[in-house]
Amino acid sequence: MATTVYEPPQVERHLPYYSGKGGGENRAPAGGDLHAVEDRPLDPAQTGIRVALGAITMSFAALTSAMIVRQGTALDWRHMTLPSVLYLNTIALLVSSITLEVSRRRVTDYARGVQTQISIPMLWLLATLTLGLLFVVGQSVAWLKLRAEGLYLASNPNSSFFYLLTGVHATHVLGGLLALVYVISKLRRAVLRRSTFAAAAQYWHFMGALWLYLLLLLWAKL
Amino acid sequence: MAETQVHAAHHAPSQGFIRKYVFSVDHKIIGIQYLTLSMVSAFIGMALSWAMRIHLAYPDFRIPILGWLSPNGAPNGLMTPEYYLSLMTMHGTIMAFFVLTAAPFAGFGNFVLPIQVGAADMAFPRLNMSSFWVTFVGFLLAAATFFIPDGPPLSGWTAYAPLSAVGSVAGPGQGLGQTLWVLSIAMFCVASLMGALNFIVTTLDMRTKGLTLSRLPLSTWAWFIDAWVSLLAFAVLLPCGLLLALDRLGGTSFFIPGGLVFNDQLQPHSGGSPLLFQHLFWFFGHPEVYIIILPAFGIVSHIFPTFIRKPLVGGWKVITFAEIAVGTLSFVVWGHHMFVSGMSPFMAMVFSVPTLFITIPSVIAVLVWVFSLYGANIRFDTPMLYSLGFVSLFITGGIGGFFLAQPSTDSYLHATSFVVGHFHFTMGLSAIFATFAGFYYWYPKIFGRTMNEKLGKLHFWLSFVGVYCVFITLHLTGFAGSVRRYSAFVDDFMIPLMPAQRFMTISALLLGAAQFIFLFNAIWSRFKGPKSSDNPWGATTLEWATTSPPPFDNFGGRQLTVYHGPMEYDDEASVMQTSPEASIAGT
Ligand code: HEM
Ligand SMILES: [Cu+2]
Repeated sequence: MATTVYEPPQVERHLPYYSGKGGGENRAPAGGDLHAVEDRPLDPAQTGIRVALGAITMSFAALTSAMIVRQGTALDWRHMTLPSVLYLNTIALLVSSITLEVSRRRVTDYARGVQTQISIPMLWLLATLTLGLLFVVGQSVAWLKLRAEGLYLASNPNSSFFYLLTGVHATHVLGGLLALVYVISKLRRAVLRRSTFAAAAQYWHFMGALWLYLLLLLWAKL
Repeated sequence: MAETQVHAAHHAPSQGFIRKYVFSVDHKIIGIQYLTLSMVSAFIGMALSWAMRIHLAYPDFRIPILGWLSPNGAPNGLMTPEYYLSLMTMHGTIMAFFVLTAAPFAGFGNFVLPIQVGAADMAFPRLNMSSFWVTFVGFLLAAATFFIPDGPPLSGWTAYAPLSAVGSVAGPGQGLGQTLWVLSIAMFCVASLMGALNFIVTTLDMRTKGLTLSRLPLSTWAWFIDAWVSLLAFAVLLPCGLLLALDRLGGTSFFIPGGLVFNDQLQPHSGGSPLLFQHLFWFFGHPEVYIIILPAFGIVSHIFPTFIRKPLVGGWKVITFAEIAVGTLSFVVWGHHMFVSGMSPFMAMVFSVPTLFITIPSVIAVLVWVFSLYGANIRFDTPMLYSLGFVSLFITGGIGGFFLAQPSTDSYLHATSFVVGHFHFTMGLSAIFATFAGFYYWYPKIFGRTMNEKLGKLHFWLSFVGVYCVFITLHLTGFAGSVRRYSAFVDDFMIPLMPAQRFMTISALLLGAAQFIFLFNAIWSRFKGPKSSDNPWGATTLEWATTSPPPFDNFGGRQLTVYHGPMEYDDEASVMQTSPEASIAGT
């Protein structure tokens, strides 16, 4: 399949029967070169990631309510101090969101032709990836720290919820790292669609926001 | 399938048997895979129900195959009470998940939805393929429980903790069997989440020109709404399963209270909350019953106009808004499954009120179907018979719901076979009937051949009468106090009800036998049925605007434009959605 010409959506928009979606977007767009690829107003990747984030929110809401109910019925709820490495991890994750955004700007510049070097956005992406990895490693350090204190998964409800929430979140972050690797590989071949990148970025930022929420929850409840 | 290739030549369908039929990304193949899996599951589930029914009515009857399957669970073919519960658990699990959730939503939805929106495939074909295969692995895990020494778990499809959480000390099947069960359900959750995501995005982003939301076929509407409910509900069951797995394997105490003694052994847990499990489970579980029934609403609402040759009363709006209301309200009524769980009576009232409210949109939907029949020139083909059967079963079952929605009457009826009768009508058999309606209706599209009408009608009438014989009687024995989940009524006050038990068993066996007529018809017609035209029912939606079966990319490279809603019928006349002709029914 050579590059097919992508029809810009504006043409469809003024059709007599067009309204909302239903704009005839059942053609796979050209998965081609960055300079040629235009984005549709709402790409499946974008819609998809939002829907997925909705489901993830729901899961964490369920876990949160489980924690509150469990705390309410328990006589064995003790308070514990969070390992301080968590705060460093938080900074790493937040900075990674910034580097990711910078990378996105540079990719846009590149697609517009303002910028000719693909290595610039690539470097920012690699920085993001590294920070993300640092976050996961940092979380493991926190787990080791708790183990050293004799707090295991089953030691008490607090430690259970600590491992549970941080573990599930870290798993999701690992998914985000895979997405970044995918983005990097597409960028290297200059076939990255902007909507793909945007979807990955939304996911990544969401993981940052989710972590802030979890940190607050753990700090307040444990 | 030769004709498929000709049309799709320029779209390069995958070559080779494996890529084309096994690990296929084609939504049509995936739909057929889901339908096949659920048909196999349905027959397994039915066989399990036979074994249970036989044991209930004839406690001394030996079933040799059970003895072979589980020498401990059914020594010499005579099942132990525990093994009865294992069979019951697997019956419920297989039916609720792998049949009722899989067939009407994932099966037909996969095959039909992309075609109905005029797309070449789902939004994410590879994700779609993974959904099926993850479901399949989930199914294998569930099926594997029959072949392990302890057999399947015995905690029911609802797997209440702490019974399900403490491990093998709680009884046979509660060890490895329950662990496999949790894994199986977790797989099913993941697959359902991926599937729901695909359905939502496909409906939102892949619609063809002119196909606005108000012109969406009613089946697509229902799958779309259902996908949202699935997405939000399975996103809660998955963490629930995770907590259960951690209690079982990680030694945590999320659901297991302290001081719990099982089989004279003090459990090494403390502080967990069994009610927490019930909340999480039913937060999923009540929406789940609507996840099962909404596609049935959609299929029936889609089939009705074709066979009554006029739009539904209230157009697309009334039925669709009723479905949206049902979907939304289904998230706030879960507590009605817990009236007698020890929750506070105040909370019971809080849950009772929305439970009564949720009947309103259900009743509206029923009224739409019933009033639409008024003055209609009904064509009684098999799909329509099954649709009417669905309405009948749903009404009958729904009436029982009113009794159960009152905490006062429910405290008597809760653990009786009344509840079993209720949910088999509303959820089980209603959804099965709608699935049959869809099967007879879309069969010509899927396979390009027509099923035998005579056999179809025979199958319908036997099933219809059989269902009423079995499940009305269950309501009655429930009133008489017949306890749910008992494996035998041999030496207590239930003995006078034994004739009723036998009647139900014989009816159930005949009902099951009738399903072989269907099986025969489906297989035989696949090879020997008369070739079907592209639009045998004179319908108007996009799946009928292409060949039977559709080519690889559904429309042979054509880009369709939609000009009308899906219910352009006026007696003999009908207007295809793709036809620029003037509207005749104003949809
Ligand atoms: C018409 C409105 C309905 C009302 C008011 C209603 C009410 C109830 C209530 C209160 C219970 C709990 C009974 C108990 O366990 O003591 C119940 C059980 C159940 N209902 Fe309904 N229901 C309705 C419709 C439905 C529908 C449409 C479905 C399925 C699509 C359904 C499926 C079930 C199932 C599966 C159970 C039993 C779950 C179990 O314990 O295993 N119901 N219903
Ligand atoms: Cu319910």
